[in-house]
Amino acid sequence: MDERKYNMAEEVKVFSTWASPFALRVIWALKLKGVEFDTVHEDLINKSPLLLQYNPIHKKVPVLVHDGKVICESLVILEYIDETWKQNPLLPEDPHQKANARFWAKFGDDKVMQSIGGGVLLKEGKEQEEGFAASMENLKYLEEEIRGKKFFGGETIGLADIALGWLAHYLDIVEEIVGLKLIDQEKFPSLAAWKQEFANAPIIRENWPDRDKLVTKYVVVREANLGKGTPK
Amino acid sequence: MASDQVTLLDLWASPFGMRVRLALAEKGVKYEYSEQDLVNKGALLLQMNPVHKKIPVLVHNGKPVCESLIIVQYIDEVWKDKAPFLPSDPYQRAQSRFWADFVDKKIYDFGRKIWTEKGEDQEAAKKGFIDSLKLLEGELGDKPYFGGETIGYVDIALVPFYTWFYAYETIGNFSIEAECPKLIGYCMRCLKKETVSKSLEDPKKVYDFVVMLRKKFGIE
Repeated sequence: MDERKYNMAEEVKVFSTWASPFALRVIWALKLKGVEFDTVHEDLINKSPLLLQYNPIHKKVPVLVHDGKVICESLVILEYIDETWKQNPLLPEDPHQKANARFWAKFGDDKVMQSIGGGVLLKEGKEQEEGFAASMENLKYLEEEIRGKKFFGGETIGLADIALGWLAHYLDIVEEIVGLKLIDQEKFPSLAAWKQEFANAPIIRENWPDRDKLVTKYVVVREANLGKGTPK
Repeated sequence: MASDQVTLLDLWASPFGMRVRLALAEKGVKYEYSEQDLVNKGALLLQMNPVHKKIPVLVHNGKPVCESLIIVQYIDEVWKDKAPFLPSDPYQRAQSRFWADFVDKKIYDFGRKIWTEKGEDQEAAKKGFIDSLKLLEGELGDKPYFGGETIGYVDIALVPFYTWFYAYETIGNFSIEAECPKLIGYCMRCLKKETVSKSLEDPKKVYDFVVMLRKKFGIE
């Protein structure tokens, strides 16, 4: 039974930016579940009054508004989406497997993104070497976890895939900008295979932000962080 | 289940470990407590948490669960017939998850800076800490607990940090109660519950522990 047909008044809005990998998670989850929604495009330099009203604490995207109910923080939003629209579940039923999926999603945000974003993209010289070494360690753990599986979620895309999915597009951009290879096919064959599989999966492949625009954006971000940009 | 084997790898002073102890106490789960040496990490810890090599780790029938809030959710889902931590409504669950995440992002980080930093950095941390507690007071409102009439997910995430308040205050030279009397009142209310008082450590002992850590790390 398609419950959506009986909820004609259901209103779903996603506050996002074109580049945000976090907002992208929410868009993927809604599209994978076939939920219709409107996107409100934000400019983080000029945040809309509505965004500031909906997310006064963090003042960030994404924000999900479902029939007037406001939810912030991408991983919190993902769990809300999974519990509200039950088709194509993102999390397994079994509590231990669920905990495992949450663990890898959190590992992605706490460690992988930090080491690759903060440690490699935004650094140079010795600091970048250290960031690179930390990234290699973190990617090694992901390699072990994905080995033998099509997705982190098993046969289908799950919460951890969505949380780590930025690696399948944004990582190439980081590698191009800094001239370093992170997910080397020889070092991380299973992770490289997952990257391909995820990047080309239905829905996912249709929603990546523009690559060239991202390169331009992250070059600016990198330069600014290294102090080569416009003096403050 | 009578055949459940539950072990908690932990460090007595850890507020993250206390979250798990409180969660297990709320559900009435019997478990073996295993104090860990984090300087010379044991084989079991390294085997059960190879990625982070940290506590707490819950080992349930031989299978590990890591990261305190993930463990608390796991406990809620496995022992689901008693004392639910999260509400059943998805929107209210999302609110609880948001605020527990807020505690992780703000309270721990600012608190840590209070005892590890000096001068301007320490002052900034104190301000951030108090501002965050005030936001939590706002969220609590008139409810006895964040979970409503009973202790819930956010309470479990937050109240163990109370045991570190005395250390923050003494080292940071400020009074949390003067700034956030409502929050302190809330903590006192929680401590009246046996599950809370038996799961939380003595703040004075925690302070001695923090003093020892500061000496060890060469922070004045």
